[in-house]
Amino acid sequence: MTPASAKDLQKLGYECVIETGAGAAAGFSDKAYKEAGVSVVKTGAALFKAADIVAKVRPPEDREVKRLRDGQTLISFFYPAQNAELMDAANAKGATVIAMDMVPRISRAQKMDALSSMANIAGYRAVIEAGNNFGRFFTGQVTAAGKVPPAKVLVVGAGVAGLAAIGTATSLGAITYAFDVRPEVAEQVESMGAEFVFLDFEEEQQDGAATGGYAAVSSPEFAAAQLAKFREIAPDIDIVITTALIPGRDAPELWTKDMVDSMKPGSVIIDLAAERGGNCKLTVKDEKIVTDNGVTIVGYTDFPSRMAAQSSTLYATNIRHMMSDLTPEKDGVANHNMEDDVIRGATATHKGEITFPPPPPKVAAIAAAPKKEAPKELTPEEKRAEEIAAFKQQTKNQVTLLVVGAVLLLGVGLVAPASFMQHFIVFVLSVFVGFQVIWGVAHSLHTPLMAVTNAISSIIILGALTQIGSGSFLVILLAALAVFMTGINIFGGFLVTRRMLAMFQKS
Amino acid sequence: MEYGFTTAAYVVAAVLFILSLGGLSNQESAKRAVWYGIAGMALAVFATLVGPGSGLWLFSIILIAGGGVIGYQLATKVQMTQMPELVAAMHSLVGLAAVFVGFIAHIELGRVMGMDAVEKGALDGFAALLAKKDGVEVAILRVELFLGIFIGAITFTGSVIAYGKLAGKVDSAAIKLPGGHMLNAGAGSLSLLCLIWYFNTGEFFPLFLMTLAALFIGYHLIKGIGGADMPVVVSMLNSYSGWAAAAIGFSLGNDLLIVVGALVGSSGAILSYIMCKAMNRSFVSVILGGFGGPAGEQMAVEGEQVAIDADGVATALNEADSVIIIPGYGMAVAQAQTAVAELVRKLRAKGKNVRFAIHPVAGRLPGHMNVLLAEAKVPYDIVMEMDEINEDFPDTDVAIVIGSNDIVNPAAQDDPNSPIAGMPVLECWKAKQVFVSKRGQGTGYSGIENPLFFKDNTRMFYGDAKASLDALLPKID
Repeated sequence: MTPASAKDLQKLGYECVIETGAGAAAGFSDKAYKEAGVSVVKTGAALFKAADIVAKVRPPEDREVKRLRDGQTLISFFYPAQNAELMDAANAKGATVIAMDMVPRISRAQKMDALSSMANIAGYRAVIEAGNNFGRFFTGQVTAAGKVPPAKVLVVGAGVAGLAAIGTATSLGAITYAFDVRPEVAEQVESMGAEFVFLDFEEEQQDGAATGGYAAVSSPEFAAAQLAKFREIAPDIDIVITTALIPGRDAPELWTKDMVDSMKPGSVIIDLAAERGGNCKLTVKDEKIVTDNGVTIVGYTDFPSRMAAQSSTLYATNIRHMMSDLTPEKDGVANHNMEDDVIRGATATHKGEITFPPPPPKVAAIAAAPKKEAPKELTPEEKRAEEIAAFKQQTKNQVTLLVVGAVLLLGVGLVAPASFMQHFIVFVLSVFVGFQVIWGVAHSLHTPLMAVTNAISSIIILGALTQIGSGSFLVILLAALAVFMTGINIFGGFLVTRRMLAMFQKS
Repeated sequence: MEYGFTTAAYVVAAVLFILSLGGLSNQESAKRAVWYGIAGMALAVFATLVGPGSGLWLFSIILIAGGGVIGYQLATKVQMTQMPELVAAMHSLVGLAAVFVGFIAHIELGRVMGMDAVEKGALDGFAALLAKKDGVEVAILRVELFLGIFIGAITFTGSVIAYGKLAGKVDSAAIKLPGGHMLNAGAGSLSLLCLIWYFNTGEFFPLFLMTLAALFIGYHLIKGIGGADMPVVVSMLNSYSGWAAAAIGFSLGNDLLIVVGALVGSSGAILSYIMCKAMNRSFVSVILGGFGGPAGEQMAVEGEQVAIDADGVATALNEADSVIIIPGYGMAVAQAQTAVAELVRKLRAKGKNVRFAIHPVAGRLPGHMNVLLAEAKVPYDIVMEMDEINEDFPDTDVAIVIGSNDIVNPAAQDDPNSPIAGMPVLECWKAKQVFVSKRGQGTGYSGIENPLFFKDNTRMFYGDAKASLDALLPKID
C-alpha cells in the first residue's frame, strides 16, 4: 500500500492500517501514511488483529498463518501449487486466501496482474544488474581511444520479464537476441528491437493461447534442438538473461555448465528463475557467484525489492484494483463473488474449502488462433462412408446423363440419314472432349482462353473458302466479306493471346 | 473421298486445337499451346485452299492477308484494359461471318436445286456437295443453315451491344424495351414460324425475316443485362459463336468446323457456368437479364464512411507485415495496374508478404484481373484465387480494395435479402485494417450499398485509383 493507493482504498469505503516502517524501504514514511489517513500499528501481530483483509507481498510465514482468523482475507503471492501445506494451514484457520499469482491472464484482469508488474521490474532490473557486473559498455563505440564492440545480450524466455529485459538492453545499445518456445512471440520480440533466435526444428508448434499465454513443457526433441542452438551461440554472448518459467513447475535447465564454460571471461548470467532452481544449474539462489572461467552468475530472487519504490507503487495499484473488484458496491464490505472469473481464479481457499485449482476461466485468455481448430475430425469410417456416398451419387448422375444422351442419340439416329449421323457423332464427341478439356483450364487463364477460342472459332473461314469460288457474284461478295472478317479474327485473336501469355511470369 | 489429304489435315488440325485448349491448364504450357492453335489454323486454311477451296485462292489469300493486317494492328495496339471490348468485337465478326456463310449456302442450294442432273454432274466444289443430297438431306441442311444463321445473328448484335457497353459507348445499365421478355419470346416464336415456313418452302423471305428477328433478340437480350454480369455475357457469346460455327459445319458437311465449333461452344458454356457459380446466380436469370427485385427489405447500413489520406495509408502499409490487394474493375478503368505493381514491388522489397486476391468475376471478362496484373509484371505466383486466399484474411494486417465493390460486399453473407445474398465474396473485412480506394461514395455496378465501407476497420481512400496510388508511392519507404 502506498499513501496514494490508501486514499483510493478509503474511497472504496475501507479503513486502512499499516505496520510501522512497512514503507520505509520504498521511501514512504509512517508520516506520509498518517497524512493519507492510514493508522499505523506497531507490530505485524497487531495488524493481523486489526484488519479484516491483509495484503502483503510474499507468501505468509508460518507464524503469520497462525495469526489468521476465521473470515479474514489474505491477499498475497501464495503459489498454491507449491505451497499445499501452507494452504491447508490457512484453510484450517477458515481464512480466505487470494493468491495474486493466480490472477487469470484475461484482459479485464490485467490491472491486477501483479506477476506481470513484478516481472516487468525484474526484467528491467536484471539488465541493470548485468550492467553492474559487466565490465564493458553495452553500446558499441568508436572512440579516439579505440573501438568498443557492443555487448551481445541473449534473453531466454520472452514473457513479460523477458520483454522488459529486451527493451532495456536494446535501449542501452546492446545487440539483443531473444528466444522463446512460443514462436508467436517472435513478433513481440522483434517489436522490442531484438532478434528472435529461430530453431531449425519442425514440430507442431505450441499455441500459447491454449495455456493462457504461458509456456508449456516442450518435447524432449525440441529441448534438445534448443540446447544445441544455445551451445552454438554461447561463445559469442556477453550477457545471458534467463527468464524461462513454466507455471507450477521447477525451472527448466536451459543454460548448461558446458555453455557457461564456453563463455568469455567477464560475461554475466542473470538467472531470473533462480527462485525455482534456476535455468542455469550453476546458479546459487540469492547469491552472486563467479565461476572458474570468470563468468558472473547472479541468482538474486529479490529483483523487485531492489527497486522497492517502483514495485511498491505497482503492487499497491494491483492490490487496489483487486479490492475494487472485490467491492463492487464501494461500501467497504468485501463481496467475495465466486462467479467472477478473476476472483474465482485467484482464490485459493474460501469459507473453509480449498478452491485450488480453479476451473478454466470462461473467457479464454487470448483468442485462440481460429485456424488451428481443425474442422470436425471425421473418423476413417465416416470418411469412407462419405466417399462412397459421393461416389454413388456421381455414378448415378453420370449414368443418368449417359442414358439420356444415348436415348437422344438413338432417337436422332432413327430419323436422320446416315450422312447426317456421321457428322453428328463427330459433333457429340467434340462437345464431350471440349467439356473434358476446358475444366482443366486455370482460372487465371480464362481471358487468354476466350481470346484463343475466339481465334479458332474463326475456323468458319473454311466454310467461306469452300464457297468462294462457287457461283454468282453475290456469293463471291458474301464469301469474300466473311473471309476478310475471319482473317481479322484469326490474326487478332492469336496475337492478343500470345501477348497476354507472354506477360505471365513467375517471381 | 476426293480430298483425302484435306481430311487428314483436318484431323491433325483438330488434334492441334484440342491440345491448344488443353495446354491452357497452366501458364507455362499455355505459351506452347498458342502455337498449336496457330499451326492448326494455318494447316486447316492451307488444306482447304489446296483442296475444296475451289478457284480464286489467290483472291482468298489476299483477303486473309488484308484481314490479318487489321487484326495485327488491333492486337498490338489494344490496351490490356480494353481486352473485354476487343474480345466482344471479335465475336461479332464470327457471328456475322456465320450469317454470311449461311446465306451463301442458301443461295447455292437454291441454284443447285434448280439444275437438272446433267448440269449437276458438271459442278465442283461446294455446289457439287450440295448436288449429291437427296430430299431428307436437303431438309436437314435447311434446318442446319437456318440454325447457323439464327445463332450467328444473335451473336453478332449481342456482341456489338456487349462491345458498346464495355467500351462505354452504350449505357451499361440494364434496359428493356417496353414488353420486356415478351418481345424476346415474340421474336423467338416468329423465328420458329419462319423455320417451319422455310423448311417447307425453301424460300429466301422467311430466312431473311428470321435473321431480322434474331438480330433483334441479340440486341435486346444483351441490352437487358447489367454491366456487372458482363463476364457471363462475354463467355456466353463466345459459346454462341462456337455453336454457330458447328451449325454451319453441319450444313457444309465439314467435320473440322463441327469439331472446333463444338470445342469453342462447350468452352464458352463452361466459362459461363463458372462465372455464374461465382456470382451465385443461375444462368437463366443472368441471360434473362438484370437482378430480380429484392426479396424483402434490405438491411439498413449503419455508421459512416471514414476517409483517410495517403499519409495514413502509407503509415499502415509501412507497419504491416502482410498485405492482400483486391483489384476490381475500378483498377482497370483508372489504368492503375502499373502503379499497383510498383507498390507491390516496394512492399515486397521490404520483406512484406504481399498477395493479390482475385475474385472469379472481378473485372468484365473472366480472368481480366490476372491479365492486367500480368501486364504490369506482377509475378503470377502471388496472385491467388478466392478459394486459396479467403482463409488468410484474419491473419492479414492490411487489405487494400482497389476499385472493386460487389465482390467484397459482406451483405452477400450477412443479409439474406440482399440481391447478391449467397454470392461467394472475398472476406477482406476480416483483415485487421481495410483500405478502399474508390472514386466517390457511389454504389457499384449492381447499385447496392456495401456495408464494408461502413465497418470500423475500413477506411475510405477516395480518389481515382491511379492518382491515389501515385500519391501513396513516394510515401512508402
